[in-house]
Amino acid sequence: MTATVRIPTSLRGLTEGSPEVEIPEGQVGAAIEDLVTRYPDLGERLIGDDGKPRRFVNIFVAEDDIRFLDGLDTAVTEGQVVTILPAVAGG
Amino acid sequence: MSATYLDLVNQARERIREIDPAELERRLGEVTVLDIREADEYDHGAIGGAHLAPRGILESVIGMFAPDPHQEVVLYCAVGARSALAAQTLESMGYSNVASLTGGFNRWKNEGLPWRPPESLTAEQRARYSRHILLPEVGEEGQVRLLESRVLLIGAGGLGSPAALYLAAAGVGTIGIVDFDVVDASNLQRQILHTVDRLGQPKVDSARETLNALNPDVKVVTYNERLTADNVLDIFTEYDVIVDGGDNFPTRYLVNDAALHLRKPVVHGSVFRFEGQVTVFDPYVGPCYRCQFPEPPPPELAPSCAEAGVLGVLTGIIGSIQAIEAVKLVLDIGDALTGRLLTYDGLTQEFRTLRVGRDPECPACGEEEHPPRLVEYDLTCAYPGAVVRTA
Repeated sequence: MTATVRIPTSLRGLTEGSPEVEIPEGQVGAAIEDLVTRYPDLGERLIGDDGKPRRFVNIFVAEDDIRFLDGLDTAVTEGQVVTILPAVAGG
Repeated sequence: MSATYLDLVNQARERIREIDPAELERRLGEVTVLDIREADEYDHGAIGGAHLAPRGILESVIGMFAPDPHQEVVLYCAVGARSALAAQTLESMGYSNVASLTGGFNRWKNEGLPWRPPESLTAEQRARYSRHILLPEVGEEGQVRLLESRVLLIGAGGLGSPAALYLAAAGVGTIGIVDFDVVDASNLQRQILHTVDRLGQPKVDSARETLNALNPDVKVVTYNERLTADNVLDIFTEYDVIVDGGDNFPTRYLVNDAALHLRKPVVHGSVFRFEGQVTVFDPYVGPCYRCQFPEPPPPELAPSCAEAGVLGVLTGIIGSIQAIEAVKLVLDIGDALTGRLLTYDGLTQEFRTLRVGRDPECPACGEEEHPPRLVEYDLTCAYPGAVVRTA
């Protein structure tokens, strides 16, 4: 009973190249904690010192930004995709 | 027994339905109106909203204008004769709801009903843009609108190159380009505006040369300078749509804040290695860049393309999507990417659409009457996070 996190190119160096990582269903916050346990270097990229998602990273459950749902308490159900989307500026 | 032209017209008029000018005028917008005269007649004036579909090619193009054979279609010509014959032909093709305008365009004008004065397309332009003109969503009116439009490109680089080429080809009448850089050999893997013999030249000059060669209809205005808090409003005010293909966060936040001041839509594109993002920031309608990303990443967490690399073709895809969005905004057709972020992954060949919302607490666009004050962002520290609202 799992969901999936999509890892953007810019962070794949921190997940041993994996573009997708399976996470347990539940809440986004717990899923990210699980992810960070496995890939510790992801921590500072995703979550700030205040315990909230960093302001240059968007986290989506399915198609929706968790900031407009319940933040890190947003539910992730089986089969859903969590997308991590960092700001990129390249042109 | 032979029949004259008049006999044929009279027979057709007995069989088909006719509509009076006054009734058609009341129902404009509800029905598809096709002008079946020749292009040169159409050029001298037509009913507003009517599409040109000359009788000689009507049977082959009707499907584009009326995909549903049961939708209501009104045909008109100069006096109502050719359109009666054409209506009869469409009925024989299975079109069940066709009418001919009684008395044609001449009676329409005699009754004092409004009509569109001659368009300004030349014969050359009509040939060049014929594939656009055939599109019901564009038509001659749309093409004229494109020719009258003004689009500003931030950057003549990876994203700006394909965007500029397609916008110029589309006949966007004025294309402004802001870039202070010169053409470098490492640019040519993706920046298709530039060529080997222009290494060392200002990018804006190289861009102008390429675009002028592609389409002399386009006026290219160049700004061989860095976009700053001092010049950004003066530059932006001249344009209808801003296409942001910049390569750094300070410029992107400055573009956002200036666009809020002037209420100009920004077509945002950005790339990193194999991935790209496109969205439209329409001030006070959808989210702005700061709604989506209130702060940029610190420089150590945000390597540039120069440091991290980018697949050249990726910029072609993302820049081309930006060009489509710009054309849609100019023509006011389709659904803009306002409130939606399109992401593309070249490695997996996947497009995804994510919803992005307007943040009511956004420090930049949260208070419409107080847009953010424009400040000079420091490129070296690259931290345009703080927002100060105007009084």
